[in-house]
Amino acid sequence: MNYLQYLKTETFPLFWCGGCGNGVVLGSLVRTFEALGYTKEDTVVVTGIGCWGKADDYLTTNAFHGTHGRALPFATGIKLANDALHVVVLMGDGDGVTIGGNHFIHAARRNIDLTAIVVNNYNYGMTGGQYSATTPENSVTSTSRYGHVEQEFDICRLAEAAGAPFVARTSSDDPLSLQRLMREGMTKKGFALIEVISPCPTNFGRSNGMRTPVEMLQWTKERSISFARAKEMPPAELEGRVIMGKMVDLVREDYYTKYLRVIQSAQAGKEGA
Amino acid sequence: MAGKTIFAMGNEAITEGALAAGARFYAGYPITPSSEIAELSSRRLPELGGIYIQMEDELASIAAIIGASAAGVKAYTATSGPGFSLMQENLGVAIMGEVPCVIINVMRSGPSTGLATKPAQGDVMQARWGTHGDHAIIALSPSSVQECYDFTILAFNLAEKYRTPVLLLSDEIVGHMREGYLPSEPSAAQLISRKEPQGDPAAYRLYDFSQEADGIAPLAKYGGKYVYRINGSGHDEIGAPTANPAVTDRFVRHLSEKIELNRAEIVQTRSFAMEDADIAIVSYGCSVRSGKAAMMAAREKGIRVGLLQLVTLWPFAEQEILELSRQVKGIVVPEMNLGQVRGEVQRLCPKDLPVIGVNRVDSLMITSAEILQAILEVGR
Repeated sequence: MNYLQYLKTETFPLFWCGGCGNGVVLGSLVRTFEALGYTKEDTVVVTGIGCWGKADDYLTTNAFHGTHGRALPFATGIKLANDALHVVVLMGDGDGVTIGGNHFIHAARRNIDLTAIVVNNYNYGMTGGQYSATTPENSVTSTSRYGHVEQEFDICRLAEAAGAPFVARTSSDDPLSLQRLMREGMTKKGFALIEVISPCPTNFGRSNGMRTPVEMLQWTKERSISFARAKEMPPAELEGRVIMGKMVDLVREDYYTKYLRVIQSAQAGKEGA
Repeated sequence: MAGKTIFAMGNEAITEGALAAGARFYAGYPITPSSEIAELSSRRLPELGGIYIQMEDELASIAAIIGASAAGVKAYTATSGPGFSLMQENLGVAIMGEVPCVIINVMRSGPSTGLATKPAQGDVMQARWGTHGDHAIIALSPSSVQECYDFTILAFNLAEKYRTPVLLLSDEIVGHMREGYLPSEPSAAQLISRKEPQGDPAAYRLYDFSQEADGIAPLAKYGGKYVYRINGSGHDEIGAPTANPAVTDRFVRHLSEKIELNRAEIVQTRSFAMEDADIAIVSYGCSVRSGKAAMMAAREKGIRVGLLQLVTLWPFAEQEILELSRQVKGIVVPEMNLGQVRGEVQRLCPKDLPVIGVNRVDSLMITSAEILQAILEVGR
């Protein structure tokens, strides 16, 4: 159980609510670190602000805890300053694709060699369950008591459209697939997105008739469909379904590798394409 | 290049100053009148093996330089009014996280988009208090192309020494002006780099300043043997979050004290003909130039006028202004805003000492004749 080396167990118990998926995601993260042989010294975990943004409270690796929504630009600077580092960015749905949506699409488009793990619990859990950009239409939150009128973001499709070479989604009740996808994402040279659907029974669940974690997990399961199956189905039947699995896995040269050629050209005194 | 005068724009001299200071990372978003810094940086940095990246906005730009600096590379960004407003949030991260970096603001007319290509000096108070919460800040203001080069190097030295962001408040006039400057090409000994931790990595506490003679905790580089956690939230000595009132009090006070208690070392002014002066012009940036012309015109009329240039706008040159207020019978403060520095000067002077502002917010440079007029008023 070498993965314990990455955990500040003295700070346990975890601050997250009962039934929250964050603990499982954290457990998968440190098991992946172990599987890949990452060290505390060569790894930097960059976090945003929110429930999942507190994950670095429990980690022994290097960390950077910045501002709400800006984790990816901080991580971009860290990675470009030292390409040898493993940089993993932990964000929630509010952090990653609502306030930080602009940074998210551009980090994916630039193909910065980072792994972004976005835990999506469909609302702002830490501040009392207000709606975010991923809150499903018609659902009730503390700021949409009459039903939410906005269409939600599909984080994976957003990442794919922006050009991310690795895009996958799973849920916190499937830790085996989570660890497999994390391992693949972290070894991917380039921007890897892993979205993890995670229950928030305290806020989202309570407002939407799912008071217990089990009800929330069942709801996620009912909505889930594998990427392989979804590919065979007409779009109309996929309405309201959440596609799970690895959706994009391409080879695309990352920013830094390309920039090394800029450095070569500059040092050789050659301008132009 | 050393020893040879170069004819260049202020913004070019700033870029060369940053490179001479050892900066190897730039992240920014283009904005007039600062864009020449981005353009030249995009050419020069890769020549030196450094990185230039154009981010999606100024929120991301300052975040990226903070990240790069946290990873051990001296980093800078350049912007102007609207972009500087966007940077205020993460300026707070650099202050709270104690990450050195340099932010260049080539000031332009505001508020809002203002007159995008026209000069102003309206961001002095924003530089001091723009980001929320109690903190201190270091801000420098160049008035010539030579000072653009020199003060940029100084900005990096102060940032590294005090583990803090440093602001260079230039302006459109100085930024786009061309004149000769001598690149000093500082030696390694003249450049300051952050104090790095020594000893047992397990004992490293990146926010523990209590054992340091200079009150500044050492900062490691990600990827070495020291593991650490930068934290923009309230934290303790190891960067772990805490809401403990005593710890919070200690760290918030530290952020001010590490700069305020070192005022004597940080604050710089330049005096011109102050020895026998009974009227003083106090100014900074582009307005220094008009001030000097007014000073010479006044001297030709037999009025003993001197000029005190504020090299550092923040921390404010309180001691110097206090001394000045005992020497002169009046002070004239020309600045391209409605009196942001005049108010600071006024607060340090006796009530009966006239402190007169010469202010323009119409995007036109203050003329020496306007300053001379104010001098004549004070002299009456």
